[in-house]
Amino acid sequence: MYETSDIRKGLKVIMEGVPFEVTYFQFVKPGKGQAFTRTKLRNMLTGTIFERTFKSGEKLEKADLEERQMQYLYPEDGFYVFMDTTTYDQLRVTEEQMGDNKYYVSDSLMCSVLLFNEKPIGITPPNFVEFKIESTEPGFKGDTSGNTTKPAKIITGLEIQVPLFINEGEWVRIDTRTGEYSERVKK
Amino acid sequence: VRRNIAELAGLPAATRVCIAGRVLVSEPSGFMLSDQSGWVLCTAARLPAELSLVMVEGTWDGHDVVCERFLHEQPGSVRPLADAEHASLTGKGGARGRARQERLFARAALIAEVRRFFHERSFLEVETPLAVPSPGLDLHLSALELKTSKPARYLITSPEYQMKRLLAGGLERIVQIGKCFRDDEIGERHQPEFTMVEWYRAWADVEAVMRDTEELVAHVAEARSGRRVLLTAQGEIDVTPPWPRLTVREAFARYAGLGLDDVVSDETRFYRVLVEQVEPALTELGAVFLCEYPASMASLARKKPGDPRVAERFEAYVGGIELCNGFGELTDAQEQRSRLLHDQAERARLGLPVYPIDERFLGALEEGIPPSAGNALGLDRLIMLALGAAHIEDVLAIPASKL
Repeated sequence: MYETSDIRKGLKVIMEGVPFEVTYFQFVKPGKGQAFTRTKLRNMLTGTIFERTFKSGEKLEKADLEERQMQYLYPEDGFYVFMDTTTYDQLRVTEEQMGDNKYYVSDSLMCSVLLFNEKPIGITPPNFVEFKIESTEPGFKGDTSGNTTKPAKIITGLEIQVPLFINEGEWVRIDTRTGEYSERVKK
Repeated sequence: VRRNIAELAGLPAATRVCIAGRVLVSEPSGFMLSDQSGWVLCTAARLPAELSLVMVEGTWDGHDVVCERFLHEQPGSVRPLADAEHASLTGKGGARGRARQERLFARAALIAEVRRFFHERSFLEVETPLAVPSPGLDLHLSALELKTSKPARYLITSPEYQMKRLLAGGLERIVQIGKCFRDDEIGERHQPEFTMVEWYRAWADVEAVMRDTEELVAHVAEARSGRRVLLTAQGEIDVTPPWPRLTVREAFARYAGLGLDDVVSDETRFYRVLVEQVEPALTELGAVFLCEYPASMASLARKKPGDPRVAERFEAYVGGIELCNGFGELTDAQEQRSRLLHDQAERARLGLPVYPIDERFLGALEEGIPPSAGNALGLDRLIMLALGAAHIEDVLAIPASKL
């Protein structure tokens, strides 16, 4: 069981037999009063999102989902194909189930694929992934103040804010939990 | 003489300069040196290591600095931490570190404006103790206790008791900007240790303090944006006074279709309706006062003359963010004692720690406090709103989660 203080983005719980993922949470304590946690929960089977407020002290049932380490292979007919590297089993994950994670998968990336009743319902990529910057404006020289970041695109289409000293062709590490630039990596 | 990097842009080319800071990037084409004021690209015959701290002498060519001599050089490294945050939150960390640094400058400037606001209105700035014999008996506030102190000491949840003693002592307009501590409160808008601006006016009513509040927020907004508008993460909020005043009774009727008497006996239901229905609706109103709370939810406020079911208690909501909590102060010592005894009994019944009654606070009420009103405003939240920050951590030098 989880306590309300365990609520985090990405936490997976079961309510009335359905697995939900926390996509947003906010601790609130209005008027020096009782504490609550506002949440947005994504139904992991249907993808629909709904809001629910938990009173501090309420218990949440942990979603014991099977997680399998699988390798991302390629996109196919709107699906994302993953393979178990020991059994060579393959699974297809829908674009909806991928959510924003579709921006973070690249060739051969090991991800954890979530299964509910043996069917895939989502994936969790590693906390950090590395990508080459496909396009960004040059922005290194002369600018001694003002903006310190600029937009940059990676091959999957994701746009992130990077420091001015990052150039096209360089590799960066991205935090998949926040979708933000983390640091430059030498390749 | 060491110059700030930001000054370089104003210098003619071919000026001899000395600059110092941290090397953020070092590669064959040059290195990027960053100090508190900004950053610049440097070239040198020999490249310093990334993250090292250097002081260099060279020539500003109008674009870059051509380094001739290293006056100081000291290695620096980043030890990877579990959450991939760096030890120094303001230096390295590239763009995010720099953005945090800029917010800290803006924060300091806004706090100076808050001080100026109260000074111009003849408030005396005071500092009362943080470690006190009783942290207050609010049912839903949990205090930090100092383990080794004898007699027992707690960190304040608000400086209210001590500031009211000053009112009894004859001070008529007092303000305090300082830390308060509330255990187990952490989130987008909560920190277990946060900065409060709390002020009291003697010989004044609650309406006077509500006017202070809207004028203070408008003053801070104007200092930041040049207009009486807050540029928040959710968009512009006009904070020009006067703000609408909505009683709790009106708000519950309008946004939840409930009479106050229907919910006031069930505290959990009251707060759930407040969180799920009322607060989201207040978000749409921009800046608004919610006032006249049920008397049972305002232990230190006086009851409204003519309607003892409600207390002279108000809160301001700006962009849905609860900013402050103010009272027409209860000055009747006997009534205050009986309410505190009631709070102690409730805490015992709920299995919560029972903090002592502060006899010097009650003594001050017995000595006599003029009709007064006061307010406690979360300064970090006001700064969040003014700077358009989405998370309270963004406006703090070092948040609790990075200790």
